[in-house]
Amino acid sequence: MVAHFPALLVIIPLIGAPICMLVRVRDWSWAVATICTWASFAISWLLLQQVISDGSISYQMGGWAPPIGIEYRIDMANAFVMLIVTGIGSVIMPYARESVRAEYGVRRVYFFYTSYLLCFCGLLGVAATGDAFNLFVFLEINSLATYVLVGMGKDRRALTAAYQYLVLGTIGATFIVIGIGLLYAETGTLNMYDLADRIEKVGASRTIGAAFAFLVVGISLKLALFPLHLWLPNAYTYAPSMVSAFLAATATKVAVYVLLRFLFSVFNIELTFDVLPLDYIFAALAVIAMFAASTVAIFQENLKRMLAYSSVAQIGYIVLGISLHNAAGVTASVLHLFNHAIIKGGMFLALGCIVYRLGTVNIHHLQGIGRRMPLTTAALVTGGLGLIGVPLTAGFVSKWYLVIAAIEKGWWPLGLLVLLSSLLAVVYVWRIVEVAYMKPVPENAEQVEEAPSSLLFPTFILIGASIYFGIDTDLPLDAAIETAKQLTGNGE
Amino acid sequence: MTSSTAIAFAIGVPLLGTLLILLHKRYPNIREAITLGTAATLFLIVLSILPEVLAGERPNLTFIEFLPGISIAFEVEPLGMLFAMIASGLWIVTTFYSIGYMRGHHEKNQTRFYACFAIAISSTMGICFAGNMLTLFIFYEVLTLSTYPLVAHHQSPEAKAAGRVYLGILIGTSIGFLLLAILWTWHLTGTLDFEEGGILSGKADGPLAGILLFLYMYGIGKAALMPIHRWLPAAMVAPTPVSALLHAVAVVKAGVFSVVKVIVYIFGTDFLSSIHHDDWLMYVAAFTLVAASCVALTKDNLKARLAYSTISQLSYVILGAALATSAGVLGSGMHIAMHAFGKITLFFCAGAIMVASHKTEISQMDGLGRRMPFTFIAFAIGAMCVIGLPPMGGSWSKWYLMVGSADAGHFIFIIVLIISSLLNVAYLLPIVGRGFFRPAPPETNDGNHQDHSHAGIKEAPAFCLFAMAISSAGCIALFFFADRIIKLLEPVAKAAG
Repeated sequence: MVAHFPALLVIIPLIGAPICMLVRVRDWSWAVATICTWASFAISWLLLQQVISDGSISYQMGGWAPPIGIEYRIDMANAFVMLIVTGIGSVIMPYARESVRAEYGVRRVYFFYTSYLLCFCGLLGVAATGDAFNLFVFLEINSLATYVLVGMGKDRRALTAAYQYLVLGTIGATFIVIGIGLLYAETGTLNMYDLADRIEKVGASRTIGAAFAFLVVGISLKLALFPLHLWLPNAYTYAPSMVSAFLAATATKVAVYVLLRFLFSVFNIELTFDVLPLDYIFAALAVIAMFAASTVAIFQENLKRMLAYSSVAQIGYIVLGISLHNAAGVTASVLHLFNHAIIKGGMFLALGCIVYRLGTVNIHHLQGIGRRMPLTTAALVTGGLGLIGVPLTAGFVSKWYLVIAAIEKGWWPLGLLVLLSSLLAVVYVWRIVEVAYMKPVPENAEQVEEAPSSLLFPTFILIGASIYFGIDTDLPLDAAIETAKQLTGNGE
Repeated sequence: MTSSTAIAFAIGVPLLGTLLILLHKRYPNIREAITLGTAATLFLIVLSILPEVLAGERPNLTFIEFLPGISIAFEVEPLGMLFAMIASGLWIVTTFYSIGYMRGHHEKNQTRFYACFAIAISSTMGICFAGNMLTLFIFYEVLTLSTYPLVAHHQSPEAKAAGRVYLGILIGTSIGFLLLAILWTWHLTGTLDFEEGGILSGKADGPLAGILLFLYMYGIGKAALMPIHRWLPAAMVAPTPVSALLHAVAVVKAGVFSVVKVIVYIFGTDFLSSIHHDDWLMYVAAFTLVAASCVALTKDNLKARLAYSTISQLSYVILGAALATSAGVLGSGMHIAMHAFGKITLFFCAGAIMVASHKTEISQMDGLGRRMPFTFIAFAIGAMCVIGLPPMGGSWSKWYLMVGSADAGHFIFIIVLIISSLLNVAYLLPIVGRGFFRPAPPETNDGNHQDHSHAGIKEAPAFCLFAMAISSAGCIALFFFADRIIKLLEPVAKAAG
């Protein structure tokens, strides 16, 4: 049983999905989805412990030896990412029941949970697999399910958002598959570890260069690196609240993992950053993302859209860490992956609570919300402090490492830029504070009470985690340092 | 109670007070009694640490190591001890004053006011006792955030605009410059602890040390060095007790206190005087000192005039520390105490005038002193303390600052200090003169115009008067008991020499 954990992790949600489809009694499908998510969480926790104690695990699908068969290779990097995905999913599921009922209805709710489980399964598959083509397959499973989930939003514009995401996502996926195809043409293998060896031997041939370019652009689209982020704001804005929270916390994070895996494990560091000047390109795009997206966030009236743009900016920080390509930089990136997942997930959940009661998150309708829904607003603002990177929140820890990494690299102006861009976060978070606490409740406002505890509780778990991991940094920090060591040590 | 637990209590008790205040929001009398009780308890706790510090010990407490090598740690040293005593002691006085003022002025949201005030004091205690730069930074930020609701208390558009300026400048400088400086220091030295003799010596050479000094000095926006002083006048829209305790004592002193800490324990005075990239700081401080006094002369609004006076006085402290001599550092430390008592008295008077007569402009105060003699006498005492005239405490700190300038060989600053003192006389004492010697404006009886006469004006509520009496008595007491402060600060000054 224990030996099959890497496969079970992916198979449980994959089997859960059709079961959801069959269980059409009220919202029993929710129960199925929750059980699958929690089981995956337990497994990924055990896997992480196993990786910490015994090193990386290789699992041969169906007993076929790599490189012919599909290999699942679990090391620190993907064990940690899977823990993030399953952990966030486990917290969000109890929230989903009420929230989805309010925003999507109960009548065909099994569609929702089926899509969710497929999306969840795709993310885990992408993270777990050690086979490049298998990765593409799971990426598509995840993407298709995500388009459906986004389209389930209450607002009719959710459909256009889903369509837009579909078009762009497909372009990204095509690029990725072209890249993988070129790699296969040049090396004759699809196993990532085998690929790494063979690419090292081949060196920077034109085919390898082209494959690299296609892969980087395709993955960058998936992780919404500026200027390939255009699908993200609409998708996050119009998707159901639970979906926004889940996607913001996990989908882009897994894409970042894929980028790390290709840049550092499959292609080696010299090829990525010395032969091809990817570090400068990434650094420039990341800085533009940090400033441009944060500035755009300031002018948004819809708070979900504001958080979406803030996500684009935060992805900028993550990519900036990657562009430094030293151990400290990758540590900062992986750390921020975790911290941002918690913070942004928590904030989207808080907005979901407001949607549940008010039906809108337009900033003009939230006057005095601090007095009407004090707990929700407190959660939202606390999350916002994390985004700014106020000390004793998780956001501070990752910024600390990012700036140290920039100084270590000798690129200290980047450190200054990171700090200055967080001032923009102060501005957009403070807009919420002013509207929520400094404006009187409008006279004709309808009476609303605090969100139900089934929504509040998960919100507070994530927001509480953003404080907890700002003070007790051991778990994410050790994992991030270990991951960075593994990834950057590969090419040195 | 050991000193370590006392440190924890000093930070925890005001927070506990906040909680109790919030729980009793429907019972104003209980709420205010809680504030008073918390303030008194805090003062006793802080005093209980004093004997050990006087004996030369450094009580410390380490909470959690939240990044490898960096923990939230506290260590009490003389400067912090002095600052903590001032802040906690004056909190009691200010609470009395607040009760009179807030009720007399019929302010809204009083629970939020008292709660945020307590958080602000808690974070001030954290700053006082911080054992490393990061701990200081954390509490510095908490102080900024917790005082924002106090500045924007009235929730009017102008209060909110002022709140934005306040937050924008303080957060902007601290995140943009101070945090970068801290990170850089960490990168260079691998430690952030406050150590005697500094930690940067030998780790940062010439120009880099100059850049770091710049980042630190302009990162600590609360020290209000020009040109990042605008937040302080903006903060004057707050209710007067806030201006009195926070924007004359806790917040601004936290700023200059951090400056002194950085100069003495991060750079080290020996190192600083050896690098020759620090002269600009003295000149900027000297410029701020004179320029702010000149601006103060032009202000007709009493609180605005006091705010600019504060900016000027803060630069005395920075100048003293930047001189990097024994007497200079001693003068700096003393001036934190002396100016605290003088300026809080002045603000108490300004608030009392506002409550009693609703007058905010100096030009409206002709003859008011005869109606409110007690207030104006207290104002005179506070003014003399700020100017530095005996028998008020302020004279000592200015004396040591001048000695420090002479020791450092910068005689020009003695002249600057004298000019500034004359300017202080010029913008403070005429207010007293107006109050007592100018004729009051005649009564106007047409109902359409605002009544500028003083008919019916009486002294402010008794709570306010009591607070003013205590603080002005403090100004005088400090003159006679200044040796106690000198004794407390001696180890710091010696290390600086």
